[in-house]
Amino acid sequence: MSVPDPSHALTPSGNLRRRMAVSNVMQGLATAAAVLAVAVLGILVAFVVVHGIGALSWGFLTGSLPPPTGDGSGIGPAILGTGEIVLFATLIAAPVGVLTALFLTEYAPPRIGSPIRLVIDVMAGVPTIVVGVFVYELLVIGVGSTGYAAAVALSIVMMPLITRAALESLNRVPGVLREAADALGVSRWRTILGVVLPSATRGIVTATILAAARAAGETAPLLIVDSVFGPNVQLNVAHGIPNIPLTIFSLAEYGTPIAKQQAWGAGFVLLFLILAANIGARTLVGRGQRRAFV
Amino acid sequence: MSYLASQPGRGSRPVPRIRSTRRLNRIDRGANRVLIGLCMLGAAAVIFAMVEILYQVISGASPAINKLGLGFLVDKVWSPSGAVFGAWPFIYGTLITAVTSLVLATLIGVSIGIYLSMLAPKRLATVIGPMVEMLAAIPSVLIGFIGIVLIGPFVHSALEPPLHAVLGWIPLFGPQQPGGSSLFTACLVLTIMVVPIIAALTRDIFLTVPRELTEGAEALGATRWEVIRGVVLPTTTSGVIAACVLGFGRALGETIAVLQVVGSLAATPVNLFKPGDTIASRIAAEFLSPVSPLHESALLYLALILLFFGVMSSLISRRIAAGFQRRMA
Repeated sequence: MSVPDPSHALTPSGNLRRRMAVSNVMQGLATAAAVLAVAVLGILVAFVVVHGIGALSWGFLTGSLPPPTGDGSGIGPAILGTGEIVLFATLIAAPVGVLTALFLTEYAPPRIGSPIRLVIDVMAGVPTIVVGVFVYELLVIGVGSTGYAAAVALSIVMMPLITRAALESLNRVPGVLREAADALGVSRWRTILGVVLPSATRGIVTATILAAARAAGETAPLLIVDSVFGPNVQLNVAHGIPNIPLTIFSLAEYGTPIAKQQAWGAGFVLLFLILAANIGARTLVGRGQRRAFV
Repeated sequence: MSYLASQPGRGSRPVPRIRSTRRLNRIDRGANRVLIGLCMLGAAAVIFAMVEILYQVISGASPAINKLGLGFLVDKVWSPSGAVFGAWPFIYGTLITAVTSLVLATLIGVSIGIYLSMLAPKRLATVIGPMVEMLAAIPSVLIGFIGIVLIGPFVHSALEPPLHAVLGWIPLFGPQQPGGSSLFTACLVLTIMVVPIIAALTRDIFLTVPRELTEGAEALGATRWEVIRGVVLPTTTSGVIAACVLGFGRALGETIAVLQVVGSLAATPVNLFKPGDTIASRIAAEFLSPVSPLHESALLYLALILLFFGVMSSLISRRIAAGFQRRMA
């Protein structure tokens, strides 16, 4: 490691009082930045809560979607639909992600492993709108909006997130555990399923919840592959499935006072679900042992 | 111990065998194969998905690539009804919003990283850290909606006049424009979305700086800021740059929030207070209602450009980060 030349900072430049003043100003600025971020979070959440809470009622949570004129009753089908799409996306992305991570940590020699890691990193950099366009070309063209296309699109968004987090959790399983199992003559698959995977479960579950929360709010791919849906409950994945993000988007575009009120209500529900999932996942993993999830 | 550990799977074969061992052996061999097969299948699925993304986007864009060529990148007029397609307004809008928001987000995000890793009391950092990360969890459609209702008007009435008055000599901060939709509003929205990424990544990076270095500098009489400026930032520069490039990639690809506030005008204004458009938001706006096959293909060409930007920023960030990790290890 190259050691930085500290003489730059340590040459006495002027008197100590000035140096302390500069230091204090800089610390103040850094603190102000943190305060600003927390304030922005507070303002955003408060804004959604204040505007959205008025729209909430049992009828709003269960009623069918508003017609395009923006004065219908509720968002029930969208809540169910988002739940279903995200569930299916998770069912696709989680096994693929975990198996890929297992392949990389337990089996693949570096020569094969590093290009796969590269692909995962590249995939994480694919803009979500491009994911939407891709799934459109693959599954939607000639068929129209379908729930399964939406699930596939969201699963592509989730896959790199889950794979990376699973890799990290698996890498953190102490090698001693694997060696102990080997020493006892335990076969490879039993070691992996009985020893390695269980000690990484917590990290993997957390990452999956966070990725699902991210997917629940993804709008861009759904706009391309799942934007045509009826106002009623639709759980058949061969049809367009109503979902919360697009409901908010179209209500906000419509812009009448009632539509806006309903958009705030839907936004409140979405934000509540996502933040609850985030807080739940974070308490699951415990403090201080996780890294940034971005 | 280490000798045994180096043996893969069942290493030793002495000891009298029990009868069922042979059956167990067969099950084990089968199960081993099944598991390794499944794992390879998972990895293959990931690679297949990525290759398929590239293939679909490139093949969809190829009619436009053949027809419009590389001139597409610099042509300034986009008029689907007139069958004239130029991507420059969107490339320009994408780059200028991403760069501006990255500058703001780097300043704020790195400051937050410094605060969380070195200045905040530990208790407070464990509260504020997750809160900052939670900012990244707010869905973009909501931030965009808040952008329409709150940030747009705020920018229009409270930020544009003073910025023009003080920084008006920079062409970017031109005279105030009517309406809240502008490139600048998009920049602020993007900043909100990128700050938490840079803050969380840089915090983790700053925490890896060896204690001996910072404590050594403190022992020599350096102030807090001098430690940061003279020791922490120089040792972590490449890691911080990698984090910023990652944030840049995120800002490039952000679609919905930008679509809601940017004004969707295919123009290349130098004045940030004027409406413009980005690649992602133009694709989202027009992809479902193309007026001609060439229009659809041109939109896929735009998607290919965006994909290129996104993949490049991933790769560059990865490259820089790998170098950084090697150095820190």
